[in-house]
Amino acid sequence: MTEEQMIAAAPEGCGECLPPNPVEGFLRSERMPHIWCPGCGIGTTVNCFARALLQAKLDLNKVAVVSGIGCTGRVAGYVNLDSFHTTHGRAIPFATGMKLANPELTVVVYSGDGDLISIGGNHFIHAARRNVDVKIICINNFTYGMTGGQLAPTTPVTAISSTTPYGCYEQPFNLPNLAESAGAVYVARWTTYHVRQLTHSIGEALRKKGFSFIEIVSQCPTLYERRNKIGDGLDMMEYFKESSVVKHGAPTREVGIGFQGPIVVGKFVDIERPTFLDLMDKQMTRTLDAHYTGSVVEQNVRG
Amino acid sequence: MKRTHADPSGVLTGKHFLDGDQACCEGALAAGCRFAAGYPITPSTEIVERFAQRVPQIGGMFLQMEDELAASIAIQGAVWAGAKSFTVTSGPGFSLMMEHIGYAAMTETPCVFVNVQRGGPSTGLPTLPAQADMMQARWGSHGDYEIIALCPNSPQECFDLTVHAFNLSEQFRVPVLVMMDECVGHMTEKVVIPPAEQIEVYPRRYTTLPPAEYQAFKAEADLVPQFARAGEGYHFHVTGLTHDEHGYPAMNVEPQRRLVTRLMDKIRCSADALARNEEYRLEDADVVVIAYGITARVAMRAVQMAREQGVRAGLLRPLVVWPFPQKRLRELAAGKNFAGFVVAELNCGQVFYEVERLVAGHVPVLLEGHTGGTVHKPEQILDTILRCANVAAEVSR
Amino acid sequence: MSAVEMQFGGFGGQGVILAGMTIGRGLVLYENYHVSLTQSFGPEARGSACSCQLIVSREPVLYPYMTNPHILVALSQEAYRKFSPNLRPGGTLIIEEDLVRPDGHPEGVQVYKVPAMRLAEELGRKMVLNMVLVGFFTAITGLLQPESARRAVTDSVPPGTEALNLAAFDKGYSCGLAQLRVPSPA
Repeated sequence: MTEEQMIAAAPEGCGECLPPNPVEGFLRSERMPHIWCPGCGIGTTVNCFARALLQAKLDLNKVAVVSGIGCTGRVAGYVNLDSFHTTHGRAIPFATGMKLANPELTVVVYSGDGDLISIGGNHFIHAARRNVDVKIICINNFTYGMTGGQLAPTTPVTAISSTTPYGCYEQPFNLPNLAESAGAVYVARWTTYHVRQLTHSIGEALRKKGFSFIEIVSQCPTLYERRNKIGDGLDMMEYFKESSVVKHGAPTREVGIGFQGPIVVGKFVDIERPTFLDLMDKQMTRTLDAHYTGSVVEQNVRG
Repeated sequence: MKRTHADPSGVLTGKHFLDGDQACCEGALAAGCRFAAGYPITPSTEIVERFAQRVPQIGGMFLQMEDELAASIAIQGAVWAGAKSFTVTSGPGFSLMMEHIGYAAMTETPCVFVNVQRGGPSTGLPTLPAQADMMQARWGSHGDYEIIALCPNSPQECFDLTVHAFNLSEQFRVPVLVMMDECVGHMTEKVVIPPAEQIEVYPRRYTTLPPAEYQAFKAEADLVPQFARAGEGYHFHVTGLTHDEHGYPAMNVEPQRRLVTRLMDKIRCSADALARNEEYRLEDADVVVIAYGITARVAMRAVQMAREQGVRAGLLRPLVVWPFPQKRLRELAAGKNFAGFVVAELNCGQVFYEVERLVAGHVPVLLEGHTGGTVHKPEQILDTILRCANVAAEVSR
Repeated sequence: MSAVEMQFGGFGGQGVILAGMTIGRGLVLYENYHVSLTQSFGPEARGSACSCQLIVSREPVLYPYMTNPHILVALSQEAYRKFSPNLRPGGTLIIEEDLVRPDGHPEGVQVYKVPAMRLAEELGRKMVLNMVLVGFFTAITGLLQPESARRAVTDSVPPGTEALNLAAFDKGYSCGLAQLRVPSPA
């Protein structure tokens, strides 16, 4: 779909003379302005997500967005879909229950690095291991934005945070490597600079069956950049532009990010593996044969 | 609200010899629960082991999660997708689930938590009974909220009250806690499961409004909002933040007052209707024993022994412990001059304080506590009944 | 009648809990008794020693735990040693003849010995020892009709094994009846 077609397909805009924004129908405009700071990268990613949804031609009544807590956790509140703002770290198990209870839904988890990988890290690896068919969009801004810029499991070594005032000395997680090791079938990383590639990747993940993970390296001008004296949002975009290297299929163990170092981006993993429900149905059918009645959806959702 | 009857596919009608854990599972299935998530923990695991065995043959699933945090939120994801859902745990697992009891209360997610209580604190006594999580059930998550908690005293009641728990969770859109204990959970007795058409099931309060008119948290007259599930075009929002009637975050004094007050009032205003008490020989009682769950059975024996010794004792057993049956208790306390109330429980004083709060100044209240690991001996409760009667006799002399 | 307390003890793998369950099921479902069955669930009860206790009454059972059993069934020396001192005076002790050497139970206890293992082996399956025991128990105690006990056996054993287990029950039952006709060797 071209930009013009998208515009034509989009709902009525609010401006008198401006053409309507093609993604406006996907946002709860009554909830604007959003809470994100000027220069924050999260809004950019939401725009990409909306465009990817539009292009994927999914029935938007069957798409649910689940967030945890944090700046990115607020995404659920702004998208005009069934949306669930859950507890800190627990978006993935909530999404797991939702997807398994009604497999007709496309369930997207949209949250931050601290939420998904620190407090929610255990759920992340287990959902990947099970290959639950949920899509994980993880905004990595290297810090806890909402609570004031504390150390995250992604903070690069030597970077300053409010709880590592003398510089971080903990090894951060390499998220694509973690996702692949735990069993994700689709793993990609982009930055907020790579809007077209990111939109494309989200589209792929939406169509992919299984646990799909997209890391979006994003800027936090208010806390991360300011505290580390690396400029504002625009400076960070410059950094993303200058320091990103596209390497599709790069071995994920080689894509760790150092402080202001190179960022390897691209699609790293795209494999086929039966999902949790596929395997459950197969095993239950093998064991129970005609006594197996299929999953929850039959009983409760259609019933 | 129209009531419906149980789906026969989940109802194991007949007379059985089951333990409390198995009976609880059958109650969940009879109530229409087809989704459970859990993490193994003694002495509750047998509930989901049975569920895992039974449910694939009647259209549902059991999901073993990585921990209790995951289990207690996975069930809520399933609820919003349209399933009836529960989780079961004990001791340390119950502590881990506290945040999600609060989330269910705040988001008005109808679901059931079963806690087969064991001795604590911490790892405590994994295989032995206690009733020391009663205040945790009431207050364990942060903030002001109300839940409903039920205490079965037999495998039969584990079935009956689990069905009731699901119904109340749907009616009030609250998490309902079934507070069993290890003794009841592992005790095998007769359990009669009625035919499906005799089991009432409270249907989910699905909205009848079109999406344009629907507000996800706009309450009806009974202070409970209508429900929409994901995937039906309502595009609603659910959050654990303080929210307005649309479900959108509204973090100010007034929305907080409105929301929290409603969440409390929807239970508090129905407390009298929710009460379910068993009363035994209260008509002429001088000493009233208040006990719940397994302890109430032992207390009934103690009451009989006291009667044999000429002390007029009686028993008040709340089946619904939260909200506490305060109206009945105050009524009782105001009705006559009692020698005293004895609260018997497998803890060092929890419901005791609730009773004391309600009747202090009218009736002396004695605690017959126990640190758990077994149930009281009837003689222990009898001693306190006699002490209560004697103290009163001394005073009146 | 007032409550009858009974205890079944042995070691893991003998099916002693299932024996107790089967008796309890028969009493509840086909004889209309109230029964409360509890098991030892401590870690020490897993693997080696295990036991279950039944309170049987015409009235609802209030206090759920056994205090002093009227009837003890011991399938191991350890269970015999551990539990028999609790037996009530005049109580009944049922032991597996080859597995238990009775050398220290209270006086005045009526002892019955059943060669359950050998009888089970005659059927070619040692594992049905527990249903031999159920048959023997049914004959000795007279608490439940043999037909009730047989139905409970059918309810309690894995599908497909009913005939074998009923054969085991019948062997135990006959053995018990035979002993009732002669004075007990105790």
